[in-house]
Amino acid sequence: MATGVKPRVRAPKTATPGEVVVLKTLISHPMESGQRRDSDGNIIPRSIINRFTCTYGGETVIEMELHGAISTNPYIEFEAKVPASGEFVFTWYDDDGDVYEERAEVTVA
Amino acid sequence: MILTRRAIMQIGAGAAVAAGLTPFMASAKKYDDALAEFTGGAEVIDGEIELTTPEIAENGNTVPVSVAAPGAAMIAIFADGNPEAEVAVFTFGPLAGSQAASTRIRLAQTQNVIAVAQMGDGSFRRVAREVKVTIGGCGG
Repeated sequence: MATGVKPRVRAPKTATPGEVVVLKTLISHPMESGQRRDSDGNIIPRSIINRFTCTYGGETVIEMELHGAISTNPYIEFEAKVPASGEFVFTWYDDDGDVYEERAEVTVA
Repeated sequence: MILTRRAIMQIGAGAAVAAGLTPFMASAKKYDDALAEFTGGAEVIDGEIELTTPEIAENGNTVPVSVAAPGAAMIAIFADGNPEAEVAVFTFGPLAGSQAASTRIRLAQTQNVIAVAQMGDGSFRRVAREVKVTIGGCGG
């Protein structure tokens, strides 16, 4: 079980129509790869975020499949096109079934 | 090297001489498998995509990686010297501002980071960059 998971997103509050904006996301998560061993030599069970998606106004911006080789506190940076005012929805899917969500509204003028 | 049952199964009956298989070879095979799974066995052409990695990573636990492939539908990142070669797969939607993304990855040892992009026409492009790792990122 991952505890203390906190998603953070940096997105602009305003944009011009059709502008390409940079989105930066960070989520605090141990991303235990399942490759490490504890001091007794037992494998520490894998616990990672295995999928990330970002949508804007219901349309997909990016989807990402994450494996054990993604660092602790996964950082993802990408770009999105904003045709009109709307809301970004960022969703992270954990191995243990938990889903973390963060939203960011953008006003297009 | 301790051979797990799975590793023995993979080596196969005819290759018993390969019992001394090095970890490098074992992981290289995993990369080939992972690549074949991503491309479905299709031909992969080198070039036309960008992969930015540091030349030397002092800490293999967090290595910044950026990939850009204009016109790509999907981009996969592999690390051929990691216990599990697959790192990430990006799929770009209709609102993607560019076919590019950045993240931070773990590298167990000095190895190649490989980006493979599936372009809009279904062809595959590949680029590889060697990253020298001072401290490995898989907890020994």
